[in-house]
Amino acid sequence: MLHTTDFVILSAVLFILGAMGVLLRRNAILLFMSVELMLNASNLALVAFAKQWNQMEGHLFVFFVIAVAAAEVAVGLALIVAIFHSKNSINVDELHQMEG
Amino acid sequence: MVSSAISLSTVVLFLPLIGIIPLLLMREQGADGHGNENFKWMALGFSGAAFIASLVMWATFNASNPGLQFAQQIEWIPSIGISFSIGVDGISILLIVLTTFIMPIAILSSFTAHVIHERGRERLYYIFMLLLEFAMLGVFMAQDLFMFYIFWEVTLVPMYFLIGIWGAERRIYAAVKFFLYTMAGSILMLLAILYVGINAGTFSLPAIMELIQTGKLVFPFAGVFSTQSFLFLGFLIAFAIKVPIWPFHSWLPDAHVQSPTAGSVVLAGVLLKLGAYGIIRFCLPLFPQAAHAWAPFVATLAVIGIIYGAWVTYAQTDVKKLVAYSSISHMGFVILGIFALNTIGIQGAILQMVNHGISTGGMFLFVGVLYERRHTKDIAAYGGIWKVLPVFGGLSLLIALSSMGLPGLNGFVGEFTILMGSLGSPTLGFFFTLFATLGVILSAVYILYMYQKVFMGDVTHEENNHLEGLRWQETTVLVAVIVVIIWIGVQPKTFFDSMGPTVTQMAQNINSAASTVLR
Amino acid sequence: MENYPSLVTLILFIPLIGFVLNLFVGPRLGERLSSILGTTAAMLSFGVAVLLWTYLRGSGYESAVVNPPFLDGWIQIGSANVSIPWQLRVDTLSVTMMLVVTGVGSLIHIYSAGYMHGDARFTRFFTYLNLFLFFMLILVTGNNFLMMFVGWEGVGLCSFLLIGFWFDRPNGVGWKNSNAARKAMIANRVGDFGVLMAVFLMFWTFGTLDYYRPGEITNAELTGHETASAVSEGGHEAAPAEGEHAAAPAEGEAATTTEGHGTPEIAGPVFTDNEHIPTAQLGVFGQAERMVKENHQVSFGSFSLPIDTVLVIITLFMLLGATGKSAQIPLFVWLPDAMAGPTPVSALIHAATMVTAGVYMMCRSNVFFFNAELTSFIVAIIGATTAIMAGYIALGQWDIKKVLAYSTVSQLGFMVAAVGVGAYGAAMFHLVTHAFFKALLFLGSGSVIHGVEHGHHLAHERAHDAHGHDAYDAHGDAHGEEHHDDHPFDPQDMRNMGGLARKMPITFITYVIGTLALAGIFPLAGFWSKDEILADSWLKGFEGGSFLSSAGGFIAFVLLLVAAGLTAFYMWRQIEMVFFGSARSEAADHAPESVFSMTFPLIVLAILSIFGGFINTPSNVLGLENIFTAHNFTEWLEHSIVHAHAAPFQPGIALVALGLAIAAIFAARSIYGQGKSSHVADHDPLIDRIPSGGATIFGMANAKLHWDENYFRFIENPFNKMSQFLANTVDWRFWHDYFHDTVIGKGFVGISQILAKPVDLGIIDGLVNDVGSVVKWISNRMRVVQTGYVRTYAVSVLLGVVLVIVILILPALQR
Repeated sequence: MLHTTDFVILSAVLFILGAMGVLLRRNAILLFMSVELMLNASNLALVAFAKQWNQMEGHLFVFFVIAVAAAEVAVGLALIVAIFHSKNSINVDELHQMEG
Repeated sequence: MVSSAISLSTVVLFLPLIGIIPLLLMREQGADGHGNENFKWMALGFSGAAFIASLVMWATFNASNPGLQFAQQIEWIPSIGISFSIGVDGISILLIVLTTFIMPIAILSSFTAHVIHERGRERLYYIFMLLLEFAMLGVFMAQDLFMFYIFWEVTLVPMYFLIGIWGAERRIYAAVKFFLYTMAGSILMLLAILYVGINAGTFSLPAIMELIQTGKLVFPFAGVFSTQSFLFLGFLIAFAIKVPIWPFHSWLPDAHVQSPTAGSVVLAGVLLKLGAYGIIRFCLPLFPQAAHAWAPFVATLAVIGIIYGAWVTYAQTDVKKLVAYSSISHMGFVILGIFALNTIGIQGAILQMVNHGISTGGMFLFVGVLYERRHTKDIAAYGGIWKVLPVFGGLSLLIALSSMGLPGLNGFVGEFTILMGSLGSPTLGFFFTLFATLGVILSAVYILYMYQKVFMGDVTHEENNHLEGLRWQETTVLVAVIVVIIWIGVQPKTFFDSMGPTVTQMAQNINSAASTVLR
Repeated sequence: MENYPSLVTLILFIPLIGFVLNLFVGPRLGERLSSILGTTAAMLSFGVAVLLWTYLRGSGYESAVVNPPFLDGWIQIGSANVSIPWQLRVDTLSVTMMLVVTGVGSLIHIYSAGYMHGDARFTRFFTYLNLFLFFMLILVTGNNFLMMFVGWEGVGLCSFLLIGFWFDRPNGVGWKNSNAARKAMIANRVGDFGVLMAVFLMFWTFGTLDYYRPGEITNAELTGHETASAVSEGGHEAAPAEGEHAAAPAEGEAATTTEGHGTPEIAGPVFTDNEHIPTAQLGVFGQAERMVKENHQVSFGSFSLPIDTVLVIITLFMLLGATGKSAQIPLFVWLPDAMAGPTPVSALIHAATMVTAGVYMMCRSNVFFFNAELTSFIVAIIGATTAIMAGYIALGQWDIKKVLAYSTVSQLGFMVAAVGVGAYGAAMFHLVTHAFFKALLFLGSGSVIHGVEHGHHLAHERAHDAHGHDAYDAHGDAHGEEHHDDHPFDPQDMRNMGGLARKMPITFITYVIGTLALAGIFPLAGFWSKDEILADSWLKGFEGGSFLSSAGGFIAFVLLLVAAGLTAFYMWRQIEMVFFGSARSEAADHAPESVFSMTFPLIVLAILSIFGGFINTPSNVLGLENIFTAHNFTEWLEHSIVHAHAAPFQPGIALVALGLAIAAIFAARSIYGQGKSSHVADHDPLIDRIPSGGATIFGMANAKLHWDENYFRFIENPFNKMSQFLANTVDWRFWHDYFHDTVIGKGFVGISQILAKPVDLGIIDGLVNDVGSVVKWISNRMRVVQTGYVRTYAVSVLLGVVLVIVILILPALQR
């Protein structure tokens, strides 16, 4: 029987992996996948806790997160395509027009 | 006390406001291509309906009940205790009927006013008249300090435009002065209202009264300069400007002289009463000790106002200004009666408010009739009018005599009751009465002077020989006024009965509250 | 019999109906019908008054209080115990006044039909007359002081309307008439101020304004034996139930409550006095008597006064009212001017009825005056001084009506002085007789003026026959001063008369009768009444309890005696100037006798002037009491005037007064007789007769002792100046223009200028700009943080999260 702690550790590991990916990668697609990883890490934690406390809100939230993630992917990929069209690259370091 | 169904008072209050809607929807041009004839009829219809509704209310009013009747309360801003709360009691019922009586008269008298045809915007004019009626009724009915304040300020707006658009030569100056002067006084009242409301936790007047009566809400009183006195003065100054108590009267002659006839009628007939009503409604019951302590001072101003006003009136050469100044003298009587702080004095004061509304309103009506014909307000331009227009002269004489306080007509009953109250008052006494009674002589001096100058003597100006006779609208309004003048003069009992219990209870509360401190 | 007193409501409503009818349909009725309408109303009222008189005689002079139908109470404030009802009183005093008012009133209505013939506002005149009757009857029938005050002011209004009746006469005459009207009303208002103050004080002293409450016995001393005798006669004088006394008059129903008269079924004790009624339920007079007896302290809020002092104050205020209405010093000045009205008005209002209202009020309040010694003294002095002063001024008048006006003032002075010496019965007696002969004289003078005017027009017509006679036709209303002539002709000026005795015989004879009655020649009416006043003041001088009342009595006696002599003198002067000698103008030469409707009232009044005195003949004179019964009138009045008392006849005084009057008449005849009457302006034979000082004596009288000028100089002019000053300088220039427009308005603008330039631009704007530049500097430093690289932001977010976690976890770890 797996303990909740195990799930939490797994989720933490996944989250850190995702976070590292976001910070270190240059490719926007990969950046994007790392974000998905972080989201799913938190999903995992939510489900684990929900099971722990035997409450439905956690599951509920997971669905919300999945839904939001899906929407985010749709919008995000569209943005990436648009950027590629204009810049011919998806290297995020080249995108610093917002510099103050 | 509070029911969810729409009470009669609400009907009376909103009828004028509802009347604005059809006015807004109607076409600017009538069938004949000129102004739409139906504006005035619509306005007259709705104000007349309000009058009838208020008569029904008066008829079903239970005179023996001193409390609030026809009450209606709807939550508005519950978090700080503000609600839409109206009701009628013995103090306000007569003034409500007065308002609804004066408004159709004012509107009917506007039918013949050339200034409206001259300046146009007839629709706007009647909308403002109805809005004014709505606001004034609101002031008399409001049972919530906050609502009272709102209605109080709203009355300024239509009056401002009535004077500013349809007034005489210096109308803008007069309108602005009127607005600013009254507004300035209201600021202090707003502060006092906020203080009272926040301390009580509610703005509802009956609730506050209950708190005061049960001793749960105390405004500390320690002489003429203490919290309660400052609150009292905050209210009083706002009301004193509106009444106007001497020496806050400077806006009145301007406003009256510049305003169109109907505006003057409403101004003298009802607007001035708002101030005196406010004093009775708020200053006395909320701050009884302060009222008691300040009574001799305010009454002194009132007596000065009576004599000064009458004396100044005598020297006027402008008919409208003359009548305007006479209001200062008359309203001095009202204030004197209020600050007699006994039931006779206050009842007299309320009746005198009604009387003044009718008599002085009537005076402005006949001045308006003259003005329509000669387009001047200079007394010297008239003379011998009685010979040219005998019926008009007789009707005007009766109104003038009522204003002068001839026994058997309404003015006397009010003045007599007030003066009797002031002689037996716990705060005033012999000398206040003596000097105020001198006003009776002075009023005869200026009224007769005016009447003689305008109506008697030979016709000295050729134009006056060919004055147009009274139109039916003019006859109607003058006769309506005179009927009430005689009715009150002969049978004032009806009126005293309506207000008696409420006023008596209030006077008892004031005096018991005041005596606990004085002892 | 029981319902008879209710008739009193009719006496009020008949003239009111007459007024209303004439007001609305009168103009359509035409002269004839409208005058018939008005006159009928007056005569019907008189009939009712007579019925009431018979009722009182038949019922043992029981006073009655009547609530009129249709009307609820008047000023009734239940919550404050104020109860002032519309309530009418029938007692001997009010019925006396009703008889005089309606009787003389009817005659004057008849007279007016002739006199006012052809006037443009003929019906209006009758409308006003009926209105006057209505108000005058309210005045005398009201059962409380406030109702009296309604009538009091109402007759003042009618007086205003009627004095100013010809307000539209051209050439400034109308203006003068309306001035006189206004003056009358304002002078009366000054008096009304006194009445009002008296009423207020009375209310707070007694808690009521009723004279007597229903069930209260007016004069307990009299009712004692009379009630008993009435019972023994088997009358219906059953006892009143206690409950009926307790019943407040506030009961609104039209009930008639008769004093001392209960329902016959209920048996109970017979009350012959008011002892059983608690003080608070008595009327003002009953309470006053009881309070005086108990030496009551009256409390007015913060201070209290003994009842005597309160009564003095109340009566002094009343006296002020009486001086206004009854034309005494210092307020009499309006009455001579009031002659601007049509002559019937002068007769009815300004001689017979309205001006006696002050005397009526004081007689009604005899209980107060009786107990206020100081006031009585002042009243006696004022009355007597007025009598002699007005008598003197009358000596120097040219205007026929002015002489009579001053004579009226003088005679009113007699009545007031009578009140002052406590002779209330005598005052009322003189009031009645004076109403007869002064109305007669005024109507006679009206007849003379009418005749002279017609004569003037006749003469005028004849003189101007050549160029058409438009003058007379255009002036179908032959009254007033409308003339086309270049030289103004005054038909009232006695210098334009003379020799009218032959032209107007009926007028002449009746006028002489009136003059003799006024002069107090035996046995005409004036002799008896004037003599009673003189006798009473003489007796008061001897018997008055204190120095004050004795002094008042003697001073009044001396002054009145002289005034009586003056009366005879100026009246005979008038007779000589008007009727004897030769005509001094063409107008007088052509004067015709007046029409029958005018001479008829003269004849009736002349008869009354001759025999009127016999209603109150004293007890020991020439056996007259065997014919007329002695002190009839005084005893009749005693049932309502508690302190009316009959004075024994003083033959000495009567002879002296009579002698003086006859001497004065002969003196006047010797000065003015045989056509010595002057025609020259401002030159009177008196001046020739008394070489040293004659001019001064006449001049002063002719100038009316400069009363009007002094009033103008010391009161009217300062009042007007002050009014101008207050209105134009203080209120408008200072308060309105300077204070509000300059100080507040300009001050406001000035402050806003300061606020706008240095304060707003310099301080506030600068402050805001400074804040802006600081923010700009900071943000310039801050912008380097914004690298634009997503990674940098992500790192900062991560660092932030780590920081938050550390902050959250650290405390937990430390624990």
